[in-house]
Amino acid sequence: MIELSALRKVYPSADGPVVALDGIDLSVGRGVVHGVVGRSGAGKSTLIRCLTGLEQPTSGTVTVDGTTLTGLSEKRLRTARRAMGMVFQHVNLLDSRTIAANVAFPLEVAGVPRDRRRERVAELLDLVGLGHRAGAYPAQLSGGQKQRVGIARALATEPAVLLCDEPTSALDGETTRQILGLVRDLRDRLGITVVVITHEPSVVREVCDEVTLLEHGRVVQSGPLTEVVTATGSPLSRALVPVPDLPPEARRDLVEVTYATDDVATRDAFAAVAALGEDVEVLSATVEPLAGRRVGRLLIDAPRSGTDAVVARLRAAGLDPVVTGREAVGTEEVA
Amino acid sequence: MEGFWSELTSNRVVTEMLPAATLETLQMVGLSALVTLVVGLPLGLLLRSVAPDGLTPNRPVSAVLGVVVNVLRALPFIILAVALIPVTRAIVGTSLGWEAAVVPLSIGTIPFFARLVETAVRDVAAGKVEAARVMGSTTAKVVSQVLVREALPSIVAAFTITVISLIGFSAMVGAIGAGGLGFLAISYGFQRFDPTVLYTSVVVIVVLVTVVQVVGDALARRLDHR
Repeated sequence: MIELSALRKVYPSADGPVVALDGIDLSVGRGVVHGVVGRSGAGKSTLIRCLTGLEQPTSGTVTVDGTTLTGLSEKRLRTARRAMGMVFQHVNLLDSRTIAANVAFPLEVAGVPRDRRRERVAELLDLVGLGHRAGAYPAQLSGGQKQRVGIARALATEPAVLLCDEPTSALDGETTRQILGLVRDLRDRLGITVVVITHEPSVVREVCDEVTLLEHGRVVQSGPLTEVVTATGSPLSRALVPVPDLPPEARRDLVEVTYATDDVATRDAFAAVAALGEDVEVLSATVEPLAGRRVGRLLIDAPRSGTDAVVARLRAAGLDPVVTGREAVGTEEVA
Repeated sequence: MEGFWSELTSNRVVTEMLPAATLETLQMVGLSALVTLVVGLPLGLLLRSVAPDGLTPNRPVSAVLGVVVNVLRALPFIILAVALIPVTRAIVGTSLGWEAAVVPLSIGTIPFFARLVETAVRDVAAGKVEAARVMGSTTAKVVSQVLVREALPSIVAAFTITVISLIGFSAMVGAIGAGGLGFLAISYGFQRFDPTVLYTSVVVIVVLVTVVQVVGDALARRLDHR
């Protein structure tokens, strides 16, 4: 549904060119919810702007629903954009229009006749549970309700792809869960392909099937959520399953273990650690729900027996341990 | 009170000339306001569009327009009005009367209003423009449906201020032959020392300004759903 190939974007600046995207290859299948994570400045926003064609890449191609966007004329690009709906962090509703008129806006742009528009708007507002507020203005709605209107508007032209740019970053926890639930529900009912840009690990855990980690404009890791997360020591497992902070006296070398609870029960993982003897201790640990499974991460300190011996014995117990430095382990502090 | 009223109704300048002067002021302000709106609104939108962060950035056009607008705004209005007398003659055929006054009044307020429009439109969140563009809007649609519509309460407020300053300017052009309330107040009230004429003219001007402000505020409030 979405194909990015060797995508590069370079911005000119006073201090020489800035490479925002440095050769991105990415493929997202139909009906998949794909998360893109990374720190600010990693290239997430540039990526989504290239997907909408608001930004032309320096080189490489963007193909959405069979249409290659790169090199299209502005006129053809405008038509191609109707295959995409976009949800923004700050929603960006028009304050001068009622919410029904806001949802109608993309239909007006697409030249849908008035009667059909009215029907479609009613349908869409019902879909997001706001049918009773059609005549309200955005200023009269809560943040979560506004984002629902934003989603209804994004879906108006029946796009094949829904792009979400930090859709819940301005919302509280409970509202975030409702909005993410709505996104998942829409994917299940409409079969729409979704790309979610976010810096929040919880958003990826709750809604994504696949995830890509960007760093300095490059793809560091990408794949199905459960696979990338259960690979011990992988950057995404650390970013998406952060453990509580380590005690300050923790030593430099630790042993890290990541597992899915349907492969290894948490009690078995702890039993394997207990069997290592008295001086081996779990310094930090977590078990997080993730894509319908539960994923555990342990950070183990072995001052006397040494990390190599611990790794060998944990491996023998069916776990997948790696030796890691305490700076790189991905605690809540850095996530 | 009794004495003031009989003075007012027996003053022949007030009874015979004030109604006509008020009408002249309304005509010259009304037509100038219309011209200012018709020219100044597009000019303000153009100023915003060609700015470096506008919809269609164009550095040379932006620079030239900026200089023209700033020069016109820097000139004191009374000097501009006198300097424009040949232009007025060329356009209207005379430099006297309220019709002639429309030329300097419009040229004096168009740049002022255009700058206010530019500022109002600049305050529309960039995200709203981006959202409209992602939906496939043309630039014309973004300008009319997003920029103008979202900034409309501010544009109405800007137009209110513009009309009020036009009322002030119209009194100034009265002094150089345009007629109206300004002419009445200066020639009969000030130069012939008739305080009744002077204060009555001032009261009528104050009433006009107040009505414009109240109507403008009410309209801006009605349009504002933020």
